Amino acid sequence: MSDPLLSLRAVKTDIAQYHILHGVDLDVPRGQVTMLLGRNGAGKTTTLRTIIGLWQPHSGDILLDGENIARQPPATIARKGVALVPEDMGIFANLTVEENMTLAAVAGPIDQGRLDWIFSVFPPLRTFWKNPAGNLSGGQKQMLSTARAMIEERRLYLIDEPSKGLAPAIVSTLARALRDLKLAGATILMVEQNFKLAKALGDHAAVMDDGRIIWSGAMAELASDASLQERLMGLSMEHA
Amino acid sequence: MTAAPDHTPIMQRPPLAVRMEPWIPVLLVPALIAIGFLAVGNPTSWLTLTVSGLAMGMMIFVIASGMTLIFGLMDIINFGHGAFISFGAFVGVSVLIALGGMTGVPSLALNLLALLAAVLAAMGVTGILGWGFERVIVRPVYGAHLKQILVTMGGLIVAEQLIHVIWGPREIHIARPEMLKGAVTVFGATMEKYRLVAVVFGAAVFVAMRLVLRRTKIGLIVRAGVENREMVQALGYRIQRVFIGVFIAGSALAGLGGIMWALYQELITAHMGNEIMVLVFIVVIIGGLGSVEGAFIGALLVGLMQNYVAFVEPKAALVSNIALMVAILMWRPQGMSPVIKV
Amino acid sequence: MVRFLLSGDGPRSLVLSVIVGAIFLALALAPFLFPGTRSLEVAARIAIFIVLVASYDLLLGYAGIVSFAHTVFFGLGAYGVAIATSNMGRTWGALASGTLAGTAVAVAVAFVIALFSLRVRAIFFAMITLAVASAVAVLVSQLSWLTGGEDGMNIQIPRELTPAFRLETEVFGTRITGRILNYYLVFVSCTVLFLLMLRVVNSPFGRVLQAIRENAFRAEAVGYRVVIYRTVATCLSAGIAALAGALFAIWLRYVGPDTTLSSEIMIDILLMVVIGGMGTVWGAVVGATIFVLAQNYLQNLMKSASDATSALPLVPDLLNPDRWLLWLGVLFILSVYFFPSGIVGRLRARG
Repeated sequence: MSDPLLSLRAVKTDIAQYHILHGVDLDVPRGQVTMLLGRNGAGKTTTLRTIIGLWQPHSGDILLDGENIARQPPATIARKGVALVPEDMGIFANLTVEENMTLAAVAGPIDQGRLDWIFSVFPPLRTFWKNPAGNLSGGQKQMLSTARAMIEERRLYLIDEPSKGLAPAIVSTLARALRDLKLAGATILMVEQNFKLAKALGDHAAVMDDGRIIWSGAMAELASDASLQERLMGLSMEHA
Repeated sequence: MTAAPDHTPIMQRPPLAVRMEPWIPVLLVPALIAIGFLAVGNPTSWLTLTVSGLAMGMMIFVIASGMTLIFGLMDIINFGHGAFISFGAFVGVSVLIALGGMTGVPSLALNLLALLAAVLAAMGVTGILGWGFERVIVRPVYGAHLKQILVTMGGLIVAEQLIHVIWGPREIHIARPEMLKGAVTVFGATMEKYRLVAVVFGAAVFVAMRLVLRRTKIGLIVRAGVENREMVQALGYRIQRVFIGVFIAGSALAGLGGIMWALYQELITAHMGNEIMVLVFIVVIIGGLGSVEGAFIGALLVGLMQNYVAFVEPKAALVSNIALMVAILMWRPQGMSPVIKV
Repeated sequence: MVRFLLSGDGPRSLVLSVIVGAIFLALALAPFLFPGTRSLEVAARIAIFIVLVASYDLLLGYAGIVSFAHTVFFGLGAYGVAIATSNMGRTWGALASGTLAGTAVAVAVAFVIALFSLRVRAIFFAMITLAVASAVAVLVSQLSWLTGGEDGMNIQIPRELTPAFRLETEVFGTRITGRILNYYLVFVSCTVLFLLMLRVVNSPFGRVLQAIRENAFRAEAVGYRVVIYRTVATCLSAGIAALAGALFAIWLRYVGPDTTLSSEIMIDILLMVVIGGMGTVWGAVVGATIFVLAQNYLQNLMKSASDATSALPLVPDLLNPDRWLLWLGVLFILSVYFFPSGIVGRLRARG
């Protein structure tokens, strides 16, 4: 972990009058998948939103390749190659699938090769290409949301609980897509409650509680140590 | 790489009633025209009224479209929108009066040139005013509806008074350009030329707006921003710049509506914007806040209603439009085609 | 006793107490302190606007609802009296039944508007009330057989309330006329209505309203039916506005669209509330007094300033007494930005 792509240093974030992040220190290594784990309300989503600038940290540094991006506006951070797949998917329901994807391709027209790849992992997007995204099923919306992040090569993918509320078949489709992305060398920071999925995709893990990182290390280490899991995450975790 | 399982749901053809549902608002316009025919009873009067109703509707649409977009994108109810109508009218009329040599001669080219100059001046000035209004009046009160309503109302008062200071307290009469005076007779019905021009022009504005919103990236960003501002930012677009752009464009459209209305009434007062705003509010509410299409349909309904009812029972014109609003809100409490989640 | 009358919600600031006390005394003794028709007109107008503005504050400041239809309710009360007296003659019964009928209609109209638009969407309320207000103004000026149209109606009130009626008694060297009795009818009624509103906002009901204004979702979650509270507040506010309108009609012995229904009056009310201080009731006292005094006397000052600067370009136009709304508008915007709690809030903050 000598040269992480992203480093958070003592990041504190308040939302209204509430302190949510109490000083997060986190390294996200290049070209690998880091899983952000922890109980509900531990601050995982806030961490992702703080990284992309949707919440402004009131102190601390967020270094992307050594450059401090803390307190920059979200649009600027996104343009530096950071993509967010938010928890609520953030689909534009009145826009077609095509228009959703066109918007996500900020750098210019959609690259046909990448689009073909996306169609191959998420076939429904091809089927409903000209349909309003609001008509998609929940799983298809998650595919669209993930595909929007994948439509251009990003330096960092922030993915917030993609498996939430989805049927197992769709979760495995997503898992395959994310594995493809990983094999292509992407750096991913992902929040996931589904431990099976986290274990399958993650290289590293960081566990949050009460707005801090309380443990980080190799995913394999956490996965093989049930008592560590128990201690870090209590019983709220789904065991595999 | 294995092919992912296909999750295509079985797309059943929904019953006709369900498929027709999105089109019901559109069908209201011909329905109202048909009811108008029965109520008016006289085909030639009906034709005349329909044209003037459509003309009025188009002008209200031009004004309301900016207002509804500003609300949709920024969550701002601008009670001062009426000020841009009045300013547009006064600036445009001043230009027309200054170009009296071009408007007074029976040359279509010269007339249109003068009109174009007036329109550009009106839109330019109100666009700049909109920019200032956004910075000075609106910017400090983003997100606070109560203050927004009060402050933009205050802005309206000040703007109206400034018109008095600049142009004097009197109303101003304005003659239409020579070639737009008078009327043509079609199927025995007399139609003022200007109203026909207003209908065509308003429809052109609607088509142009739709093209911009549907076919350009900036339009995509605006439509997406109406739905979910945060996500648009997270994708890499500076929504603040889009806000300002839309505020300026919306103000300029109100100015355009103002000069169109001035030539329709051939009379302008500082208070005219405020009077028109009553109809604009009705249109924006029944169309569904944030929806340009809804505003278009709503504006046509209001314009037609106003003219038919005024013919049958002049005293009931405005009341009938309030009744229309009530009826539509009973049917769809969020307006005909809302894009905003509540 | 005083504490009881004020419902335990006094001015809570020494300066404010002095100001409010001075206003109260000045209004209570107006016929003797400031003889002359004009000053009595001003005093009565202040008293009535205090009630009208406080009733609006009940909505805006306490319930957080922006309505532009307050003049409609004010007008309903006034027209109620006018229509009743024109049909029943100059009797006390006509005044009473006109007042009651006007108030009842106002409450009913408020109920319908509230039920309807508070249900749909809070922000619609402002727009819908604006549309309703202008429709009513148009209707009233058109239905001339009932309302006298643009000309309005002169009101026959009982002789005891007219200047022609004179008592033998003199107080402080002033002859008591019907005009003075009329003034005291206005003054006493306004005082009672004001104390009543003070009571309402300090009741549990008033506190729930404020909780709703702060956070409607939380209030709903705690178990208060927000729509019901807001509807009751709207009706109450409308009823009191109608009573103020009835008093205004009785005092002026005239009602017309310009005196009660015009959008100018609505703007005046807004200015008074905001400048005085939203959500304080006392703000209405300060706001209405300053505004009405300015309306009646400041314009003279502006005229002399305008004349004095007539050599300069543009300045005389800006200082023209007809342009005084321009300056009020600027003052209004600045108050919303910098003193959202108005004069009263400022004074209280200083302790």
